[in-house]
Formats: sequence, structure tokens, C-alpha cells
Amino acid sequence: MSATREIISSGNELAAIASVDAGCMFFAGYPLTPSSEIMHVASDLLPKIGGAAIQMEDEIAGVAAAIGAGMSGVRTLTATSGPGISLKAENLGLAQMCEVPLVVINVMRGGPSTGLPTRVSQGDVAQAKNPSHGDYKSITVCAGNLAECYTETVRAFNLADRFMQPVFVLLDETIGHMHAKAEIPTVEAVKAGIVPRKTFDGPADEYLPYGAEQDQPAVLNPMFTGYRYHYTGLHHDASGFPTEEIETCRKLIDRLFQKVEKYTDEIESNEEYMVDDADILIIGYGSASLAIKEAINMLRKEGIKVGMFRPITLWPSPEARMHELGQKFDKVLSVELNQGQYLEEVQRSMGRLDIAKLTKTNGRPFSPSDIIEKVKEL
Amino acid sequence: MAFNYDNYLRTEKMPTLWCWGCGDGVILKAFIRAVEKIGWEKDDVCIVSGIGCSGRFSSYVDFNTVHTTHGRTIAFATGIKLANPDKHVVCVAGDGDGLAIGGNHTIHGCRRNIDMTMILINNFIYGLTNSQTSPTTPQGFWTVSQKAGNIDPTFDACKLAEAAGASFVGRETVNSPKKMEKLMLQAMEHKGFSFLDIQSNCHINLGRKNKMQSAMANLDWIDSNTVSKKKYDAMSPEEQLNLFPTGILKQDTEVREYCEMYEEIKKVHQGERKKITQDDFAKKI
Repeated sequence: MSATREIISSGNELAAIASVDAGCMFFAGYPLTPSSEIMHVASDLLPKIGGAAIQMEDEIAGVAAAIGAGMSGVRTLTATSGPGISLKAENLGLAQMCEVPLVVINVMRGGPSTGLPTRVSQGDVAQAKNPSHGDYKSITVCAGNLAECYTETVRAFNLADRFMQPVFVLLDETIGHMHAKAEIPTVEAVKAGIVPRKTFDGPADEYLPYGAEQDQPAVLNPMFTGYRYHYTGLHHDASGFPTEEIETCRKLIDRLFQKVEKYTDEIESNEEYMVDDADILIIGYGSASLAIKEAINMLRKEGIKVGMFRPITLWPSPEARMHELGQKFDKVLSVELNQGQYLEEVQRSMGRLDIAKLTKTNGRPFSPSDIIEKVKEL
Repeated sequence: MAFNYDNYLRTEKMPTLWCWGCGDGVILKAFIRAVEKIGWEKDDVCIVSGIGCSGRFSSYVDFNTVHTTHGRTIAFATGIKLANPDKHVVCVAGDGDGLAIGGNHTIHGCRRNIDMTMILINNFIYGLTNSQTSPTTPQGFWTVSQKAGNIDPTFDACKLAEAAGASFVGRETVNSPKKMEKLMLQAMEHKGFSFLDIQSNCHINLGRKNKMQSAMANLDWIDSNTVSKKKYDAMSPEEQLNLFPTGILKQDTEVREYCEMYEEIKKVHQGERKKITQDDFAKKI
């Protein structure tokens, strides 16, 4: 365990602080409840270290400016909530296609539409998998406690540079606005863990930004460094220029998948809480896991042995581990603050449909008693 | 000796996607000459384009180039410039791109006054997608989406840019490549957001159903619609009605450039100066 420090803060603030500690130098966004505190903190911290934060004219411009900065080579952030992701979707597709690293924090609130702006939900889990049209492989992490608002944001920046694509960090209204003490790594430990994106340092006329092997991301040198190349959202060849050549088009989209699928071990992260001796397995994530843990502790005092599997990386899903757990447990309960968006992934991974579910979409968090009641019904 | 464009072109990407006789090539060449005159190093320049025929502009020039989504050039360029304030950023957009789907970014780009140049290639039609109405299509013209005649009011891109606060606004047409080159040079030399309405022909998708089937006919039509600012200013409002003035229409060197002001923001946060107040600006409200 690396060196840690204690900090009293909120989830949103911690995500902003984590970004700066992880080397982010640019923020662009648009005010959106319940995420705005991330912009507020970024706009204080970034100019202090010589970076920049800008409030743009709309959500679309927010993500576009962030991607622009990312294209130029700096670590870059935008933050919003579900309605903002809906608006940013097209440009997120461009970032997937152009392989521009970027961290996108979504502090989830009730939806669809304007929904419940100041109340919690986990309703954007499916959206995070495919916000834009077309085929690509989402990387989405989800903080399950205050400290993870920090650590998962740091991890997201490193994943974005490793895989050269946007990485989503899902918080939610509960965890984003939770204010308490958190134990987080020291700045030095975070800095020591930064792995910047790969660059090419050979002669410019030999540089092929998209000439990567089929399981590797693009190698995009910072702009203005003598490697003049072309970004386009069109299908492109190894040099980055548009093409409709059949084999090149096939290989490009295959590569966008394979660069992630072959290395899920670098991305996957889970917590298993009292799973080993449990009779009943709960699958939950994000702020819901806080109530689940408390329910498990209370149930165990009554002699009911329950455990929790918590995916921290939601996409790509930990399908192999969920499959194993699906074989081991007869009774499995999926708990989430939506109508069962991740349940479908649990069913697919476990290869069975008989998963009990506890869902909630009224803008209120779970209380442990909700979960205890449901477990006793199983 | 003839000007050597090849130094700035990705010659292996030729021929362009543009139709025979398209004005976009004239604009490309004028731009290259202006860059040569201003003396920017190719490595220090970023060209950001959107979607449409104009969107392909970026792929033909040997700079750092970005072909973005429809209408969002200025938004991407804002991130590139603010993260690299010592570099040169030029946006190239079309009339549908910059005035319809991207109109909001055009407005706020002008207002924000970041040091960049926006070249709006205005051919009065959606050319690449075969003749749909654009915000600059004249009323009464045939378009494929309004075959009975376009009833949508036309708008004047330069008036929009001026009203939104662009500190440099100008217009030229492909009929005057030398003047266009000079205007581009002045726009790029200007410290702040410069907006250029560059009128171009699309005899294929604007002209073919509007009695301008040849490039020459389309160019003549553009010529008949434009007059120098000097002549325009001497005209009565009735005479001005169907004309676009050309040349520099506005230049304000007093408006503060955004990236420079952001350096002051950094100083505030780094404890080097007091907070910015209304007294830092000439215009109070």
C-alpha cells in the first residue's frame, strides 16, 4: 500500500483534486447539477498550476474543447451528468474514433430527460457503455466510496493514456455530494504512478499515428512537435487520412475493440466483500454498495450469510469472475438504482436469468433496510 | 518565379474532393500565400475544420490538422488554443457548418475573442450533401429540400459576427484572390478572434437549378452581390439592400484577447495579483 493522507472533502471535490494530482492540465465543461462542483474546483486549481479551465457555451462545446486539448497532447477532463453525456455523445464518438485520451466524469442524477436534477440514480450505466453511435469499446469505472472518487479518477487518467480513448468515471449524486473524511494516496504516490501516453520519437516521415498492431492503441504525438498529422472522425488508414478501403476499414474498428478486449486484466477492478463464506451473493456498485455493505453486516448478526461482489470497472464487465460466482451461488441478488441496467450484464455473464433484482428509480438512495427486506424474501 | 504551393500541400492527397471549378481551391491557395507571408512555421499551426466540402480543407494542408464533427470547429479549436496559447489556430467551416449546426459556437467564439481566425467558406448551399437549404441560401432559390422555392430568410454572417463581438470581421470572394489573401493576412495578424466570410461558388449544387450551371455564371452572381465597403458605405439603405460589403468590416484592437486575460487569471490564483474587477475593462456593462 502506498503512502496515504487523510482529507475531509466531497466526492466531486475529490474527483477534481485527483485530476490535477494525476497531471490533468485542462478542463472544459458546462454547468450541470449535480456535477458542477468539479468545474468549480478545477477552475481554482488548474490556473494555479499553469493549466486552464473554461466554461463553454454548451455541453457539446465543453467536451469538444476538452478533446481539442487532448489532441494537442495534454491530460484533459470534462465533467457533467447524464443530460450532458447525451449532448456530448457525438463528440465522444469522435474521441473514440480518433483515439484521444480524455476523462469524462458523470455524476449521475435521476432521468430520463431533466428527471431529478438534485437526486441520485445509477441510470446512466447503459449510456456509459455506448453513448455515441457506432462500434467501440467503453472503459467505465464507478466509484463506490469517497476515497474511490479520488483513486478511480486517477486510474481513469492512466487508463485513458494507456488505451488512448475516453474513460468514463461514474459518480452519483449521493457520492458526489457526500462530505466526509477520506483516506487517499499522497500526491507523490499518485505522481509516481503516472504513466504518460506512448509517443513516437523516430523521423517524422516514418511516423504512422494509426499504424499500431491490431491489439494496440494509436500512438499520437503531442501537436506542435514536428509530427504534423491528421485527425478525422472518418475511417482512416495508418497515416490518419480518410479511406474507404475495405480491409483498412475492417481492421480499424476491429482494433478499437481488440486494444481493449485483449487487455481487460489491466482494466478490471472489483471488490469482494464477505463472499467466501456467503450463502447469498449481492451484486451492486457505486453508492448503492454502501447500503449493501451495511445490510450485509446487519444480516450477518442475524446469522444470514450474505456477501457482495462489486465491480469497480463496469465496462468492460468482469464477465469471467461473474460467471464463476454465478456457478457458485444459488441465490444471487442484483441491486442498483435503475430498472436493472447492469442486471442484463450480470445475467449474460452468469449465463442464467434467475437473478433476483432490487431496483429503485425514485431519486432516493437505498437504505440498508430495503436490502435486508429483499434478502429475507429470497 | 511562380509561388511554390507544394511546400504547404499534402500533394499525395491530390486531387481534392472538390468539383472541377470549385472556388475552395482558390481559397486554399490564398490561405497558403497568406501563411507564407505571415511567416508561421508549419509545426506551429493547427487547422481545424468541420463537416462538408470545407471540412476537407484541413486534410490537404501540411500543418497539424483536425477534421472534427459538424459545426464544432471553434469549440475544438478553443481547447487546442487555450492549452497552447503560443500556437496559431485557424478554423475552416462552411455556411451550414458554422452558421446552422455550429451557430452557437460561432456566436460564443466571436464573443470570447480568443486569438484565432475563422474562415467561413460560404457557398450558400449544402454542397457535399447535394443542395439542401443553408442559412445563407437566398430566398426564392431552388434547393433539394425546398423545391418549391426557399422561404427561409437569409442571414448575413458578418453582421452576426460583429454583433456577437468578433474583434475583426471581413469579407471577400473567390473573384478576388489577391484581396482575399490580403484580408486573410490581416485577419491572422490581428490579435483576437477574426471572422472571415469568404464567398465561394458552387455551380454544381447551388447553380445547377438556379440558372448558374457554370462556374463563371456563379462567380458573376457573387460579383453582382458584392461591393467594396467604401462604396457600400456611400450608398443609400435602398441601394445596400441586396449587397454584401467586402473588405475589413470591423477591426477593434482595444478588446482584450482571451488567452492573455487568462494569463491574468493564472496570476490571481498564483497570488501574483489581485482579483480581476470591472476596473480592468474599458466597457463596464
